[in-house]
Amino acid sequence: MATMTYGEAGKQALAEEMRRDPLVWAVGEDLGRGGVFGQYKGLVEEFGPLRISDAPISEAAILGAAVGAAMTGTRPVVEMRFADFALCAVDELINQAAKARFMFGGQARVPLVVREPMGMWRSSAAQHSQSLEGWYTHIPGLVVVCPSTPADNKGLLKAAIRSDDPVVYFEHKNMWALEGEVPDGDVTVPFGVARTAREGRDLTIVSWSATVHAATKAAETLAGEGIEAEVIDLRTLWPWDREAVFASVAKTGRLMVAHEAVQVGGFGAEVAATVAEHCFKDLKAPVKRLGSPRVPIAYAPPLEDMLRVTPEKIAEAARAVVSES
Amino acid sequence: MPVPATQVPRNLDIDRLLSHHRLMWRIRAFEEAALQANTEKLVLGAIHPSIGQEAIAVGVCCNLNRDDILSSTHRGHGHTLAKGADATAMMRELLGREGGTSHGKGGSMHIADFEVGMLGANGVVAANIHITAGAAHAIRLRGENRVACSIFGDGAINRGPFLEGLNWAKVFELPALFVCEDNGFASTTRTAAMTGGPGPAARAEALGVPAVEVDGNDVMAVDEAAREAVAAIRAGGGPRFIVAKTYRLTGHTAADAAPYRPKDEVDEAWRHEPIARLAQVLADAGVKGAVLAGHERDAREEMDAVYADAKAAPWPPLSRGYEDVQDAGDPRQGAF
Ligand SMILES: Cc1ncc(C[n+]2csc(CCOP(=O)(O)OP(=O)(O)O)c2C)c(N)n1
Ligand SMILES: [Mg+2]
Repeated sequence: MATMTYGEAGKQALAEEMRRDPLVWAVGEDLGRGGVFGQYKGLVEEFGPLRISDAPISEAAILGAAVGAAMTGTRPVVEMRFADFALCAVDELINQAAKARFMFGGQARVPLVVREPMGMWRSSAAQHSQSLEGWYTHIPGLVVVCPSTPADNKGLLKAAIRSDDPVVYFEHKNMWALEGEVPDGDVTVPFGVARTAREGRDLTIVSWSATVHAATKAAETLAGEGIEAEVIDLRTLWPWDREAVFASVAKTGRLMVAHEAVQVGGFGAEVAATVAEHCFKDLKAPVKRLGSPRVPIAYAPPLEDMLRVTPEKIAEAARAVVSES
Repeated sequence: MPVPATQVPRNLDIDRLLSHHRLMWRIRAFEEAALQANTEKLVLGAIHPSIGQEAIAVGVCCNLNRDDILSSTHRGHGHTLAKGADATAMMRELLGREGGTSHGKGGSMHIADFEVGMLGANGVVAANIHITAGAAHAIRLRGENRVACSIFGDGAINRGPFLEGLNWAKVFELPALFVCEDNGFASTTRTAAMTGGPGPAARAEALGVPAVEVDGNDVMAVDEAAREAVAAIRAGGGPRFIVAKTYRLTGHTAADAAPYRPKDEVDEAWRHEPIARLAQVLADAGVKGAVLAGHERDAREEMDAVYADAKAAPWPPLSRGYEDVQDAGDPRQGAF
């Protein structure tokens, strides 16, 4: 175990995978100088500019070329800089990467990782703050990963690089500096296995990415009031660990889903609907979703804060769920 | 449409030209069988025939090795056959049958044969440009002496991937060959009416990618241009661009009667169609008419048999619909 940041853990994962497999390479704007968030710092010195490759400001070409390179036997890790900019490459990801294996009848494999730094961070406003992970869960063929801790950012990125299918990998910008214990060496975290961030008997709070930490803080507050919330970190949204959520709901009888993304049509709706379909008899109270209102993200801090799913808002909603039964 | 006279080189390689003639006939016969299947309502989705454009497929692909990469467009039957794909599996794919190149899951617009380096036709105009740039990137990373080629239409040069993909290939000096089939049309629109500036070659040159224009109905000219381009690429010269001028003799799809263009124009274009032009060169060089007619007959017999086989082939089992989605997760979750 070593203590390191979320950003350093991702870098360690990439470096270890690049040492292990010469066909792994990374490409994106400004990578030669360490990337915009420093998550590639020092890598070009070790691996050279062919494998830590700069790119023109051509998001569609970055992703599209990565699809071609993945189909031709390499394992590209592409850096999209901000999840928002990946929208310039929607065709390449959705129509090409996600479809090739199926539409060519299994002839193609697209072992590709698309890193998309997501979320609200330092007044970045409407075009640099979005949480779009739910969109990608709608697309057959894609794996969707949302790590919330340094350890998971290492283990899941390693698993993503080893995946033979395309992975959309969301790192939350607000967590780059988050420190935590990270296992040494070759440890991967499998897709579709949730992590219980905190145990509890009264209420299940399902979350992922940075909101897991808000939910855990809320649970601590609630514990002081005699409410024991169980916090489940999904880690990956596709596949997602339904069994872990079902088991927790069977124990607590109450479900809340909390995420930073817009609530309408967010992945929380999928979790809520699935639990409603499968766990009706276990439920003691209506399922609750907590996400952002359906407005673009504003620049001014008070307006930005208004949209945040905070520990206080989670705790308040949790009290309401518990008091309903 | 002004079509230059066929340039007849002094030293004809008759065997090479006979093989071109045979392959062009196989493509023509395949597509005529596909049109027949379409009339009989056995082709289910849209098909885009390349009748009249066979010289480009043949002239380019005869310069590619089996392990070279090719990516294509919606109009990709000819390219795929010329790259060496199996006609039987292709026709089964067009009919959506088991045993198709993609088990009937792709159809005409997603014809692919990875065994022969054919990374797929593409339903999205210009998308294959990036894929080829990336394949070339992989080739360079792996230190191999292969070439990646993409063939696309004149309409594709108005999409972003033309700029992004060619620029990409240039800045990384990749082993990529880009071929624009300039058939004058993008669907029902005359491409020139929607294209600013002097055209595809000038755009490529502006990105530093050397470009040549050839008569795309002259298989010898295409072969020669592709030979030079591929040699330069293999010698480490970076990407090359070929614009091959041609004419789309059919409608955009099998369902398009193309009423938006005068009959005279189409009749005139038929007089310059590439197979007859090559046949004339071969006849002038002393090849017997019976030999040339034999190529046509053999091709038609082959493709009749291919069509009969496809008609008799079964539908894919429903389980195919859940195969090759992705390793993670259960694709049957929430199924009916
Ligand atoms: C991105 C995209 N836009 C529109 C279409 C619909 N479409 C299919 S083929 C075509 C015309 C393409 O013209 P060109 O590139 O010249 O190829 P050609 O059909 O002449 O071979 C269009 C508009 C598409 N498939 N993809
Ligand atoms: Mg065209």
